[in-house]
Amino acid sequence: MGWLRRLRNTWSRRDDDFEEEHRFHIDALRERYEREGLTPEDARQAAQRQFGATSIVRERTLDADMFRWIDDLRRDIAYSGRLLLRSPGFSLLAIFCLTIGIGANAAVFSWIEGIMFRPFPLVAGQDRLVAVTSTSRGTSDRSGVSWPDWRDMERASTSIDAFIAEHITGTTLSVGDRAERVAGSMVSANYFDALGIHPILGRGFETGEDVGRNAHPVTVISYQLWRDRFHGDPAVIGRTQLLSGLPHTIVGVAPEGFYGTFVGYAFQFWVPASMQPQFDSGLYALEDRSARWIEGFVRLKPGVSIERAQADLSAIAEQLEKAYPDTNRGRGIKLWPLWQTPFNGATVLQPTLVIALLVVTAVLFIACANVGNLLLVRAFGRQRELTVRLAIGAGRARIVKQLLTEGVMLSALAGAGGLILARWLRDALVFVTPPRGVAMHLTGELDWRVFVASAVVCAAATLLFALVPALLTSKIDLAAALRAESGGVVGPRSNRVRSTLVIVQVSLSCALLIGAGLLIRSMLAVRDASPGFDAHRLVTTSVDLFTSGYDPSRAKTFQDELIDRVQAIPGVESAALSRMTPFSYRTYSTAAVAIDGYVPPPDQQPTFEYNEIGPGFLATTGIPLVAGREFTRADDERTLPVAIVDETLARQFWPGREAVGRRLQLKGQWLQVVGVAAAARYHNLLERPQPFFYVPLRQHFTATTALQVRTTASVAALAPALVREIHRLDANVSPSEVITMREQIDRTTAAQRVAVTMLVAFGGVALVLAAIGLYGVMASIVAQGRRELALRMALGAGPAELLRLVLARGLVLTTAGIVIGTGAALQFTRLLGYLLYGVGPRDPVAFVSAMLMVAVASVLACVVPGWRATRTNPLDALRG
Amino acid sequence: MLARRKADALQGTLDLLVLTTLGRSPQHGYGIAAHIQSISDDMLRVEEGSLYPALHRMEHLGWIRADWQTTENNRRARMYRLTRAGEKRLAEEHARWERLTKAIGKFLRYA
Repeated sequence: MGWLRRLRNTWSRRDDDFEEEHRFHIDALRERYEREGLTPEDARQAAQRQFGATSIVRERTLDADMFRWIDDLRRDIAYSGRLLLRSPGFSLLAIFCLTIGIGANAAVFSWIEGIMFRPFPLVAGQDRLVAVTSTSRGTSDRSGVSWPDWRDMERASTSIDAFIAEHITGTTLSVGDRAERVAGSMVSANYFDALGIHPILGRGFETGEDVGRNAHPVTVISYQLWRDRFHGDPAVIGRTQLLSGLPHTIVGVAPEGFYGTFVGYAFQFWVPASMQPQFDSGLYALEDRSARWIEGFVRLKPGVSIERAQADLSAIAEQLEKAYPDTNRGRGIKLWPLWQTPFNGATVLQPTLVIALLVVTAVLFIACANVGNLLLVRAFGRQRELTVRLAIGAGRARIVKQLLTEGVMLSALAGAGGLILARWLRDALVFVTPPRGVAMHLTGELDWRVFVASAVVCAAATLLFALVPALLTSKIDLAAALRAESGGVVGPRSNRVRSTLVIVQVSLSCALLIGAGLLIRSMLAVRDASPGFDAHRLVTTSVDLFTSGYDPSRAKTFQDELIDRVQAIPGVESAALSRMTPFSYRTYSTAAVAIDGYVPPPDQQPTFEYNEIGPGFLATTGIPLVAGREFTRADDERTLPVAIVDETLARQFWPGREAVGRRLQLKGQWLQVVGVAAAARYHNLLERPQPFFYVPLRQHFTATTALQVRTTASVAALAPALVREIHRLDANVSPSEVITMREQIDRTTAAQRVAVTMLVAFGGVALVLAAIGLYGVMASIVAQGRRELALRMALGAGPAELLRLVLARGLVLTTAGIVIGTGAALQFTRLLGYLLYGVGPRDPVAFVSAMLMVAVASVLACVVPGWRATRTNPLDALRG
Repeated sequence: MLARRKADALQGTLDLLVLTTLGRSPQHGYGIAAHIQSISDDMLRVEEGSLYPALHRMEHLGWIRADWQTTENNRRARMYRLTRAGEKRLAEEHARWERLTKAIGKFLRYA
């Protein structure tokens, strides 16, 4: 085990032992020479001569005793450490630049890890978890799966370990005197077991608890809810809590850090799927094969590929299609890797995260170019030292190694700082994402994968910024360097490299700013975009009579009186109910529809979304009526079933013909079309027009409704009046959050906002870093060229000419950078894809303003060195 | 005489001399050098700059073992002794040397 001892010796050198051993030897020699008759002094000298240079003996013995390279490394580290401490300004600036570069990368890695690849903390085996939706042949529809279909697949599949069904829901939670809106989920009974989540108190759900209409009013609450609202009381198990109007028995408390299985939201409670009717205003979907509401996950059996599972489930879907043609015609099943899950925040954030990754890579490059520049400046300053070291016999490899060690130390320090930065930035996505009225969870994950990725980034960065200076430096021409009085040897070559670095920096930051400009422009366009109705002075809230225990007939009376009272509030122009608020995160009703005079291909079924609306809804929201009439109070359960279609639907199925008077069939019932509404946006501003229709709320009744109010008053003024009027009708009914439609719409543009914030922030950082780099290069060009400038001055050049000279050099670099950056941006802005709205990827305004910003920053960076050049004292400079 | 990085045969020779010396009795570095010099009638001189690296190297290889002992005139000296592996190595080196000298002798006689 010699190497082990050598390794040990490497860390604990036994210098004292050598000393003593060698001294003993020399003493022994001296004694012998004395015995042979030499004087003590001569004997001492002879012994020393005989033994040779003690230091060489020791070095050679050390070579035998330990791993030389480790010792060298230790020396390099100590030496580099001293160097870094000797110029703290340089070190801090370099570490600062790299920390930003590496930290930004680590943060984005952690977001990608925590949002796309391991989005559900504590959930076991997320690499085998895939999301499930149904498909409709001939369309790009991605709805959920019906409960009966889900159960049939669970029974028949061979490739799946667990079918985990759920659907996001919400309720107003009142504990004590505080009420708040919380998000939760209706889940299959196997939910907690299949996810590997063990409640810290009580139990999860038991087999069979997801069966039977409202049969099992039990709930598992989140750790956060338990701690904040129940004071962490262990006796909470067995207590009842009102959820969606029905007392539920609390049977379990989920562990801390488990937020459920929906990217973006932190769930506070879970109920078995059997409670679905209670949470969906009485609509019973558990036995309805056409109600596709399950947004579920399946866990593949170990070793099963997603393709095999897809084939397995598709085969089952085909059998279901044959067995239940009425409901399942044209329906298939599609599996999605977790990071492509279509029904939660993952897909919305995906392009943003990809852009973020590109942006932080660019920032890292800029930071590396900066540090590379700084190292070159310093190498220039250390030229004498390095030349001397080379001259007295240091190997070039040794010098390169030493410079690289310095680089590794810088990036290791920056890497550590970067991870701290990433830890702070973990939650940043939540802060730049518009609030949605319930607790959110969008957090990065700092696990070993992120650490490994960051270490790789550190290593790559080191090579980028340290290798070039190291190689350049080691190429010093010894003879020339020793001859030269000062400077000028590393000079021309390194200036070329440094200029290249500056061009890279300028071009990258120019490209980033162009991207930021495009996103800002598109954000402005989104802000001004029309949702297809007049969102100004429109206020929205919701009133839930179902959970307050109203039966339909009482609810209808309440709703009519409510509209009358609200319309009597001063400042209110009109008010109307609807099942869904436009731009809400909840889902519209959707159904297969047969259309008068349209025969679909035999294996397809047109499926559309629709909204159940009260009288005056179109007028209140400001959706123009193109033909026919709006619903009135006369369109109720006693009269002819009617519908209003939107222009998109009318144009698609009755092109060039009058739509009013035609019919469409919904759930077996023929509806007479009485009006055509202008096409509007229903989910978000960026969607493409899709067929949509409206039915009267009275003919498709629900007691849980949204209330839209068009008013001249502000929200702040309207909200108390609304609450007052509702409380006059029933003191136990409260409206949910009262917000403007504008805010409701803004909540759907989260992805754009996150992307804009990110690009603007990083684009700004990039520009500052690039300006620092340009400043550094210009400053040192001026410093190196002191003699030349002095000579020009001595020959009669004025300050203005000198300034112009320096500025011109800087602007040549800047111009090159801008040209390259613009060229790159022309190629890459397409990647912004759907985040761009209302601006082309080559929008000239964004391009020109970014170029101007870069130009201004460059001029600023050059002015100080230029001004310093004009202050050169020719005498001093020429004397050197 | 025996510089670093010379051919194996020569380094082997130093090893052989040291191992043979230690085969007789444990000895400190000076003692080894003095022994080799006196037995060979000053024909073989071991440079200290080679001796100590060699000793430490052989120690790491496990052929010899070193510990601090007090000599008769009351000084601490680092005494080296053969290990079991060292004894085996000595026998091998010895046999190798015999073969080598025999071969060279034969060569000189008949060449």
